[in-house]
Amino acid sequence: MRIVVLVKHVPDIQSERALGPDGRVVRDGGDGTINELDENAVEAALLLVEQHGGEVVALTVGPADAVDAVRRALQLGADAGVHVLDDAIAGSDVFGTVAVLAAAVRRLGAETPVDLVVTGMAGLDGLTSLVPAALAAELDLPQLTLASELTVDATESGWTARVRRDLDHATEVLEATLPALVSVTDQANEPRYPNFKGIMAARKKPVEVLALADLGVGATTVGDAGARTEVVDAARRPTRENRILVTDDGDAGLRLAAYLVENKLV
Amino acid sequence: MTTPVTGPVLVLLDHAADGGLRQPVLELLTAARALGTVHGAWTADADGSDPDARTLELLGTYGVETVHRLDVGDADVRLTPVLAQGLTALVQSAGASVLLLTSSFENKEVAARVGLATGAGVVVDASAVEVADDRVVAAKTVFAGTWNTRCAVRTPLAVIALKAGSVQAEPAAERVTATVVAQAVTVDDGARRVRVTEHTERAASTRPDLAAAQVVVVGGRGTNGDFALLEELADVLGGAVGATRVATDEGWIGHDAQIGQTGVTVAPQLYIGAGVSGAVHHRGGMQSAGTIVAINNDPEAPIFEIADFGIVGDLFTVLPQATAELRRLKG
Repeated sequence: MRIVVLVKHVPDIQSERALGPDGRVVRDGGDGTINELDENAVEAALLLVEQHGGEVVALTVGPADAVDAVRRALQLGADAGVHVLDDAIAGSDVFGTVAVLAAAVRRLGAETPVDLVVTGMAGLDGLTSLVPAALAAELDLPQLTLASELTVDATESGWTARVRRDLDHATEVLEATLPALVSVTDQANEPRYPNFKGIMAARKKPVEVLALADLGVGATTVGDAGARTEVVDAARRPTRENRILVTDDGDAGLRLAAYLVENKLV
Repeated sequence: MTTPVTGPVLVLLDHAADGGLRQPVLELLTAARALGTVHGAWTADADGSDPDARTLELLGTYGVETVHRLDVGDADVRLTPVLAQGLTALVQSAGASVLLLTSSFENKEVAARVGLATGAGVVVDASAVEVADDRVVAAKTVFAGTWNTRCAVRTPLAVIALKAGSVQAEPAAERVTATVVAQAVTVDDGARRVRVTEHTERAASTRPDLAAAQVVVVGGRGTNGDFALLEELADVLGGAVGATRVATDEGWIGHDAQIGQTGVTVAPQLYIGAGVSGAVHHRGGMQSAGTIVAINNDPEAPIFEIADFGIVGDLFTVLPQATAELRRLKG
């Protein structure tokens, strides 16, 4: 089974994150990390390959630092990495990004067929969670998204993937025959940590660097030129004023009730 | 001043299996009226049912002139690729300028796919939408609610997913009569490759939907699994009950109650967190609440940094006292 797992380098969620005057995420490289939810995607891919054999290729799109996310996946056990690096990509919206990802997956598939594309449920920078469904549509793959459980079994019709997912009003079990695209939630598994052996082995693993020209993606599809939306205002949210902090002396519940009434919250 | 968009604003009319409209749909319709002429998209169930008379009247009250009843034949409209194909066809046949949806996880998938199929610009998790300088502009908060942004759509069609609770639902000044138009759409084989082998609707709660509630009472690690006091307070306030990741992982409450970046995002008028420390993942799902109240016995809990009213104290004494007092004040 050949699995492509998408990984993204994002500003650390614990750090102070900011948007620049151009409305883009400030990526100063100092405190970036692999998108936490992508670790669940890597784990899901590794578990499947451990069970069924095959290989895991980690794919990222982004500036020079973005390769750190691929390196992390390699340390965890992925076999190879691909980094799409091209200045023209900066400022891409979800559809520009998806065009690049799809071209990269197609290129990998042309070498050796790809059975499964695995992604995290969302990027913790933009948090739109649009990429998995858009990429499935672009690649014309069945989508099994937001999986809190994922299994793949050999069946008469080939590999069958089955996911359980919790939606706002229902729980579903979906299945599809591979090739397919799966996105996983943070409920799907417990990501492993890299060990020393993994870290050493990762140094020898190949990371292919590709430019847009290698993928046949035109520069007008990506970047600001291809973006269908633009940020027109971005400002840090004002801090809350008139904050009250009390220590309970036996009447805090009464004071809370009074506060709610005074502020017309009941 | 807002100038209406040229084509209709098509609103996805999310509804329960029994045909009842989901609460945030009325908010979408209110937002849609400020943009232009309002059309609705109603997904017919397997039996091809129209909205019932009561629902149609409600839609007319909210200014919906035309309801497109989407019929996808024997395809399963619960699958987002199927719904996306149907909506793409409706957007095109109605000549819509805007598609508005509630920002649920499945609707975001629909938005992504409609955007891909139509070339539309897409904004999800929006908190407001308007027309400015002849473009559709959506407001949204990013980075765990710490930044406010406004995002303009550059394409002729805008797909906007609005967060539940962002808009106060208000009936139109003038009632109209909603007319149902049947729209049969043939879904291609590609959208049918996923099979739904189980689909279990969650039992309806007597409390409001978490994502749409104006008051949310949330329990974390500090509750030690005892949610009874939270439920009593929520009931007095007419609110929903939510939880942190820890509380759901411990099995104290269902995962559907989890508030945070990977769970439900809430933007209620009032958030009350009890025994919630305020880890960054949780803050990402609630920080844009109007008023934040926190009760925690640890004065160092990060939630106090963002609380309008913080109580360092034992939730097991504070909550019942507050609940009893509110009950007394309400008579």
